[in-house]
Amino acid sequence: MANAQPAETFSPIFGRLTLDWIPYHEPILIATFAGVALGGLVVLALMTYFKLWGPLWRDWVTSVDHKKIGIMYMVLGFIMLIRGFADALMMRAQQAMAAGEAAGYLPPHHFDQVFTAHGVIMIFFVAMVFVTGIMNYVMPMQIGARDVAFPFLNNFSFWMTVAGALLVNISLFVGEFARVGWLAFPPLSGASYSTGPGMDYYLWALQIAGVGTTLSGINLIATVLKMRAPGMKLMDMPIFAWTTLITNVLIVVAFPVLTATLALLTLDRYFDFHFFTNDFGGNAMMYINLIWIWGHPEVYILIIPCFGVFSEIVSTFSGKPIFGYKTMVWATACIMVLSFVVWLHHFFTMGSGASVNTFFGITTMIIAVPTGVKIFNWLFTMYKGRVRLEVPMYWTIGFLVTFTIGGMTGVLLAVPPVDFQLHNTLFLIAHFHNVIIGGVVFAVYAAVSYWWPKAFGFQLSDKWGKRSFWLWFTGFYFAFMPLYALGLMGVTRRMNSYPDPAWQPYFIVAAFGAVLILGGIVSTFVNFYVSIRDREQNRVGDDPWDARTLEWATQSPPAPYNFPESFRVNGREAFWQMKQQGFKWSGHYTPIHMPKSTAMGVLIAAAALVFGFAMVWYIWWLAILSFAGMLILGIAHTFNYNRDYYIQTDVIAATEKKGATA
Amino acid sequence: MSPLDSPTMTPETAMTPGVTVITDDHGHHDSPTPIGFWIYLMSDCIIFGALFATYAVLGGGFAGGPGPKDLFEPGFVAIETALLLFSSITFGLAMLQADKGKLGGTTRWLIATGLFGAGFIGMELYEFRHLIHIGAGPDRSAFLSSFFALVGTHGLHVTGGLIWLITLVVQINMHGLNGPNMRRLGTLSMFWHFLDLIWIGVFSFVYLVRLV
Repeated sequence: MANAQPAETFSPIFGRLTLDWIPYHEPILIATFAGVALGGLVVLALMTYFKLWGPLWRDWVTSVDHKKIGIMYMVLGFIMLIRGFADALMMRAQQAMAAGEAAGYLPPHHFDQVFTAHGVIMIFFVAMVFVTGIMNYVMPMQIGARDVAFPFLNNFSFWMTVAGALLVNISLFVGEFARVGWLAFPPLSGASYSTGPGMDYYLWALQIAGVGTTLSGINLIATVLKMRAPGMKLMDMPIFAWTTLITNVLIVVAFPVLTATLALLTLDRYFDFHFFTNDFGGNAMMYINLIWIWGHPEVYILIIPCFGVFSEIVSTFSGKPIFGYKTMVWATACIMVLSFVVWLHHFFTMGSGASVNTFFGITTMIIAVPTGVKIFNWLFTMYKGRVRLEVPMYWTIGFLVTFTIGGMTGVLLAVPPVDFQLHNTLFLIAHFHNVIIGGVVFAVYAAVSYWWPKAFGFQLSDKWGKRSFWLWFTGFYFAFMPLYALGLMGVTRRMNSYPDPAWQPYFIVAAFGAVLILGGIVSTFVNFYVSIRDREQNRVGDDPWDARTLEWATQSPPAPYNFPESFRVNGREAFWQMKQQGFKWSGHYTPIHMPKSTAMGVLIAAAALVFGFAMVWYIWWLAILSFAGMLILGIAHTFNYNRDYYIQTDVIAATEKKGATA
Repeated sequence: MSPLDSPTMTPETAMTPGVTVITDDHGHHDSPTPIGFWIYLMSDCIIFGALFATYAVLGGGFAGGPGPKDLFEPGFVAIETALLLFSSITFGLAMLQADKGKLGGTTRWLIATGLFGAGFIGMELYEFRHLIHIGAGPDRSAFLSSFFALVGTHGLHVTGGLIWLITLVVQINMHGLNGPNMRRLGTLSMFWHFLDLIWIGVFSFVYLVRLV
């Protein structure tokens, strides 16, 4: 387990994959594998027993319905959350133990993989997946659309994300994962210092998932620009639709930089190029600049849709329009632009000199201004509103407190001299968990409890929702406040063990916090279980929260076509207006034009997964074959001109008569 | 609604407040494909931007190896460039024929475009092979790494464009110049001219500037 990697061998058939790469000598991994295999078998057996394979394939896997795809993103996010959180618990346990002479239970070789996997999974396959899922589900309905602009592309994007996630998980049982930290800085991640397949798993998993992310970004921008209900101006859109637009602009601008950067590192590793090597004129700092030019906008890609979620929730549960709609839109747009001129604050210590550091320090602090505008807008929305403290509001208020603290520690880090002290310490770790948990995770939980009744027609349990909130909320403070203190003492990140036993109490408190968060996660799944079990008692109508935006004008769960008739919108809060004017559908239906399901998305993504695996292991014949497979399937898809159908009026009438919660 | 935050009342809103059903459902939205493809091209442009930036930063890293003056032949690159520029003209001619609904003319000009494109790729491959042969491959220095990455990425795009072009020639001859095919011709045309534009950047920034 503590050993070096197996010897590098190569065979034409299996590439560098040998039996030695199967970690059967590592008890932790064997136990995990047994658990996953057993769980997997149970699921497979149950699916077969209840004859669910056909419905799964027809209604979900091949579906191009944005609502189905949105829900599948959320399922993927929760599965990967379990994986990423297991890594977090392992790290907390290790650091709670490994003080002074003690070595803990994880050797460095393994610990380094755990923190890399934790970061990669939580950012790319949990946070990104969750926000993409919410945007996919909610935004089209908010703008009165029947689907996204490119429904097939949407399905394909999702399955490419799944292929990337699968590749990361395969690395757990076949080979190893990278040991380089979540951004894989060279020269450590280069060919000389990261031999073995771990780093290549990282590269191919992110490239494959990145294709999905970029295409989904293009798709959602085109949706906002072209698919809005007639009459709806951009300035009439709900705030969440605005934040979706801005987030996806950031995705389309930032992700190509990641693609290019990782491609260059791949060329370094596979073909002996010299972009980021120490010799032959390469420059590792070039990588660090490029990756943060993507990386900083990335954190706004995560948080901006969450701002949208909270805006919808605050407005609904305060019974008021959002305070300062226009300032909200402009603040988001300012953040979008500013997010591209702050990247250097991630490496003030590079030594660019006082002037450069000052510039980036100031731009960073300026971002706090539009963000502050938003915080006050939410507070003023609640002010003199008739606030209903439902579960989504718990998360929102928890967010307002926690995110503000996290934002302020961020402003501290933006001061270059302070950053020289705190760079790469646990203070930084505490800061970004403070904003990502307090911002993104809380928003995802808020969004799930808010839109769940729309998606399924029944409400989640109040009791378990509140339990989950309090465990997450207190758990967060227990887990990360000690890290602020440790960071101020100079404790650096990513340490497998540390010499000073005086730090240990802090790490033990942090581990206790992680256990509380575990309770929060378990409560979530208990919540899903009891709510689905008691769904008949929890049935609600189409508009359980007395909301204000168009997604609530549909049935719960929404019909495939979302809205039975076309309609014209004037002004903001269209659904609120509908309720004021006693709006009714006319009942004169016309056939609705819809896209057909297709298996091509999942097939191409499957070929991409095989291609990624073959490239990781140098199995060249399989790489060529699977790449050709992708190409041929893609071309074959373009020969299919029969991609849509009409839902006939009698079907619409029947669906509408069934009403909500059918 | 509070008076402070009510939506602005334009004359239009004043006339028809609220939500109204559209009974004469004559409109699907216009196709979102052109705008979607534009957005894709912009994202692709950023990939090239990153590669240009890399070339700008690392282009001086010769590591004691050959530099641009030792390697690039202006005449060769000029012919290569001319081939690609001609292919853009012929694509334009193909589009003119397509707009007139002439399948034969469209096909012929598309084939001409493809031949020019293939000639360009052939010359590029020849140049790459030659460079690697004389020991100036991408593993020689950071300058050559960034040169091969930038020019090679453009070449891969042109190759992708060629595959697309062949596919589309088959498709227009199977189904005629119908709606979907005209849309596809339009997007491929955008793609092709975009690659031309990128090449002008490569030509000026990689070959011309370094030779002066």
